[in-house]
Amino acid sequence: MSLNRRQALATLMAGAALAGAAGGEARAQRIETSARIVILGAGAAGAALANRLSERLDGAVITVIDPRVEHWYQPGFTLIAAGLKPASYSVSRTTDWLPRGATLLAEAVAEIDPEAKTVTTESGVSVGYDYLVVATGLVLDWGAIEGFSLDLVGQGNGIGAVYASPEHAAKTWAEMDRFTETGGRAVFLRPATEMKCAGAPLKYAFLTDDYARRKGTRGRSEFIYAANNQSLFGVPIVNEKLRMLFERQEIGVVHDHVLKAIDPGAKTLTFDTPGGEETLEFDFTNVIPPMRAPEAVRNNSPLGWQEGPWSADGWLEVDRATLRHVRYPEVWAAGDIAGVPKGKTAASAKWQVPVVEDGIVSAIAGTEATETYDGYTSCPLITRVGRAMLIEFDYHNNLVPSFPGVIAPLEELWISWLMKEVALKATYNAMLRGRA
Amino acid sequence: MEELTLGTMIAVFEEIFGRALFWVMVAAAVAITAGYLYVLIRDRRVSWRKYLVAQIAMIPGAIAAVLFVQQVTNSGFRDLGGPVDLLVLLGVAAMGAVGAAILVYTVQSLIWRPEEDQALR
Ligand SMILES: Cc1cc2nc3c(=O)[nH]c(=O)nc-3n(C[C@H](O)[C@H](O)[C@H](O)COP(=O)(O)OP(=O)(O)OC[C@H]3O[C@@H](n4cnc5c(N)ncnc54)[C@H](O)[C@@H]3O)c2cc1C
Repeated sequence: MSLNRRQALATLMAGAALAGAAGGEARAQRIETSARIVILGAGAAGAALANRLSERLDGAVITVIDPRVEHWYQPGFTLIAAGLKPASYSVSRTTDWLPRGATLLAEAVAEIDPEAKTVTTESGVSVGYDYLVVATGLVLDWGAIEGFSLDLVGQGNGIGAVYASPEHAAKTWAEMDRFTETGGRAVFLRPATEMKCAGAPLKYAFLTDDYARRKGTRGRSEFIYAANNQSLFGVPIVNEKLRMLFERQEIGVVHDHVLKAIDPGAKTLTFDTPGGEETLEFDFTNVIPPMRAPEAVRNNSPLGWQEGPWSADGWLEVDRATLRHVRYPEVWAAGDIAGVPKGKTAASAKWQVPVVEDGIVSAIAGTEATETYDGYTSCPLITRVGRAMLIEFDYHNNLVPSFPGVIAPLEELWISWLMKEVALKATYNAMLRGRA
Repeated sequence: MEELTLGTMIAVFEEIFGRALFWVMVAAAVAITAGYLYVLIRDRRVSWRKYLVAQIAMIPGAIAAVLFVQQVTNSGFRDLGGPVDLLVLLGVAAMGAVGAAILVYTVQSLIWRPEEDQALR
């Protein structure tokens, strides 16, 4: 999040400088329309778009559809699972973030028919649209892991699941805290599908390592990271840095391991590997399942990729620069659901949202859209409590640092940690309100 | 849009501290600065005795600011990882020092009128 960094830097230099300053930036003129806009999902991308579109459009009928009463600030899950924040840190109410101008339909969408331009909810309510934004995020396919159930998390058996929810992140902390008191074998992993915040599994390995060292149990412990393929991270230059850091922290790596099953009694994880199944014992683990598009999108709509690597999981077939659907021009994707390389972070959503806003407003006004998205993805890669690397990159695997020459992307810095701790949630919230 | 505007900066600060607390803090900063300017204009000179006391206040001010930042961010001196971190640390310390100095100078001036200041000398 480019803005984040700068804003955060400003945070650190906060003082009387702002005294007397009046807020408010010049806004583009509001466009009159009676268009019906439906936004599926009120998460990071959906809430931000609802605010921005209602600000830009006068008279538009904006309907947001999302069944979840709670809004989750998911980047906070890592801090919760590290014992630094309570579960409530990530929880607010969905209705807190939606503009007065939008109507919330608190139901799950079951089906999308882009030919008839309608979406149908689980209770059978049908809503027509002129423009549709799909911002449902993704689903965590826990069922794909044999023997696993979320009830297993935090039962004193060493099983964690940081991704599942704020509550599960807190339960994972209880397990990690206990594990680092005694030591043993920790096994970390990631799924073979596309995933949100691909840095999060790595961060959690580093954080666990840090606690074990602080508590003096690291010497009696073994750390293993089971990578799903030949690398640790999709961006080569970052991958190489991580390889060095894992070596320094003595975190062993096994490659081409994809989690298949867990046996909570025997405390083993079974992986699919090119050479057949492999089983690893664990005393502590953070289970992360495959991630896919929600059922409504993947199976009950024709919006996903029809062929290629993303077709099986249902990611939306959109143009990678405009985020507009390639077959249904009145449909856009924003956030994790977009079938584009890179981009499954809240920071990406922040850069995608203005592009979708511009696309829709231009379509309504009959003008040419100009904003494009170049894959901006950011991930403050925590390497211990107190330090992080501010990694930002794009579609081309280039690093795109927000503060070139000031904050080095591949250096473990305190300032990067301060941003994650202080400025990230604030910027996220400002984004939700359409103000950042 | 991907630029830092005053509006987005204020939006982020409001989220960090909460809207009410943020504006109370801004008001406090404005009030202290205004008080400082007021006593300078009223007294038409800098009182060196008060200035000396204010200077002494800079040290605890700097230390308090650094410890406060470390406290709220679960971090410490050992986390400094590069030159920029040192600059941030010094920046935080400098802000604490200057803030404390202005506050102490102003409070002294408001309590003791310049005549009393002379008498005390
Ligand atoms: C552990 C963890 C750590 C992370 N760390 C970071 C980080 O450090 N930095 C960062 O930038 N990002 C991070 N992320 C990623 C970030 O949280 C997501 O990329 C971001 O939330 C995506 O926004 P979204 O709007 O696409 O999806 P979400 O915010 O997940 O919102 C999707 C919404 O759609 C709704 N929905 C789902 N299905 C339906 C349906 N059928 N009908 C109607 N509504 C539906 C859901 O209820 C939800 O409210 C992290 C994520 C996790 C889990």
